Amino acid sequence: MTALIEARGLHKSFGAVVAARDVSVMARRGERVGLIGNNGAGKTTFVNMVTGYVKPDRGSILLDGIDITGLPPRVVSRHGVSRSFQMPQLFQSMTPEENMLMALGIARSERLSSWRDARTPDLMAELHDLLARFRLGEYRDRSIAALPGGVRKLVDIAMAVTRRPKLLLLDEPTSGVAAEEKFPLMDVIMSALAGGEVAVLFVEHDMEIVARYAERVLAFYDGRVIADDIPTTVLGNEEVQRYVTGIVQ
Amino acid sequence: MRRFGPLAVALASFALIAALGGTAPNWVVFLTTMAFAKGIVALGLVLLMRGGLVSFGQGLFYCAGAYAAGLAMRWADASDALLLVALGGAVALLLGLAIAPLLAGYRSIFFATLTLALSMIAYGILNKTYSLGGSDGINLRAPSFLFYRAATPDAFGYALFVFTGLVTVAAAVLCRLHFDSMRGLLSLAARDNEIRVEYLGASVRRVSLGNFVAAAGLGGMGGALAALALGHIDPDFAFWTSSGEFVFLAILAGHQSVVAVFLASILLELVRSFSSQYFPNSWQMALGIFLLLVILFLPEGLGSLLRRRNPPPEAASLPVESLK
Ligand SMILES: Nc1ncnc2c1ncn2[C@@H]1O[C@H](COP(=O)(O)OP(=O)(O)OP(=O)(O)O)[C@@H](O)[C@H]1O
Ligand SMILES: [Mg+2]
Repeated sequence: MTALIEARGLHKSFGAVVAARDVSVMARRGERVGLIGNNGAGKTTFVNMVTGYVKPDRGSILLDGIDITGLPPRVVSRHGVSRSFQMPQLFQSMTPEENMLMALGIARSERLSSWRDARTPDLMAELHDLLARFRLGEYRDRSIAALPGGVRKLVDIAMAVTRRPKLLLLDEPTSGVAAEEKFPLMDVIMSALAGGEVAVLFVEHDMEIVARYAERVLAFYDGRVIADDIPTTVLGNEEVQRYVTGIVQ
Repeated sequence: MRRFGPLAVALASFALIAALGGTAPNWVVFLTTMAFAKGIVALGLVLLMRGGLVSFGQGLFYCAGAYAAGLAMRWADASDALLLVALGGAVALLLGLAIAPLLAGYRSIFFATLTLALSMIAYGILNKTYSLGGSDGINLRAPSFLFYRAATPDAFGYALFVFTGLVTVAAAVLCRLHFDSMRGLLSLAARDNEIRVEYLGASVRRVSLGNFVAAAGLGGMGGALAALALGHIDPDFAFWTSSGEFVFLAILAGHQSVVAVFLASILLELVRSFSSQYFPNSWQMALGIFLLLVILFLPEGLGSLLRRRNPPPEAASLPVESLK
């Protein structure tokens, strides 16, 4: 089976800091891949490069065989790559419902109407389903500022999937969420994404979450990918234990 | 509005305005005409501000519309009010289109200052252009209204009031429809978080451009109406105090309600006319205190009294660093 996303030899430096050195990553349709690595290892930089927020100095990114290297986020998202953010990027003055409606509206039409009421029956029906899928019904009318951290993450991810992406990158979906809420949160996310063909790459610091939800794991260290295999193999890798997980047996 | 349909709301408001104007004294009719004309300009600014941009130079478009109408009257003998106002709006809109590329990419105080600079340049040029009346400006005749030409000044005042009311209601209803549309919502989204808008696949640049040009068009229509009401145009239309007045109005009104923009405008004209009558040398102070009170007690503007919505945002858009 061919790759959905194929990043080859990505390199990126910010002044003296090298955030990506020869990073090559491949993922297949529908695959669940965990990205691990300590702070500053280059995980977010990788996500930023794939989604067009940061232009790699070298290397190429192919999505379904199409070269998307260096395209801006707006165009990359139209090619079928969506992401969520380490810090959720929401519209603060709108309710969760309006945030998601906005995302749906942009996703569903090439030219947004300037006159027709944004709340069309079609969009509202879809919004209803999306709220239900992400268990956000009770929060729909709250103010963003008043939402618990995990709920903000869910709104952020729900907005990202409105375009029915082929590839979804989740940057630390469980960070800033209480330990006992991490598994329930991941359950909601993964069940909301189930059934589709979307490949999910998620950045995660909690190894139990990685072991449970990833089919494959990539370990980043100092801008490089130092391991790429099934979770048990990567988490058992000596280099990974020394540099990333900090568990030395 | 959703319940009754925009056309019914428009007709009812227009009938109410026309009826009230018919019973009001002349000074009220004139004051309200001016308030509506300036309100239309401020409505354009509100549209722009919904997208996160504040222009301190709307006087430029106000002036462009006024001069377009005035010069068409003088040079081409055009005298129909509808034609003159449409022309004022169109000329300002084209001017907006022409200078939009210059402003693209600027935000916040830089955008505001650039717009102010452009309006001051126009002010300076008009002051020195003697063929356009220089600093004295040009006096205008009274326009006609389709087939109607008023016989007395009072009849003209009322006719212009009704006409201005018509344009105002049309602009208000169209803006309300727009604000509730996807594209209208996108402006609020762009103000909150540009990065997210781009990631959703929409263009912040297009949002700003569209708003800027629409605001320019509204500014021109308001300017043409004001020129007809005053019977005079001069470079002061582009002076920074008139731009400042539109910012004042937009802040006073807030961005939630279009009706609030016109209420704010009427309120401002009343404050101005009373305080310049009773405290001739300190009406600016009265205005300042008024604005201070609004910002302290109604940070979301008068419109927040008319429309209940979400509490104000705690923080504006997240800084770019938060992407890390
Ligand atoms: N826009 C930028 N400008 C300058 N340096 C940057 C920028 N983005 C990332 N870096 C640097 O690149 C390195 C990799 O950062 P990155 O955010 O990719 O790490 P990360 O693996 O996501 O870490 P964390 O777990 O803390 O989120 C860091 O040293 C960071 O300071
Ligand atoms: Mg990161």
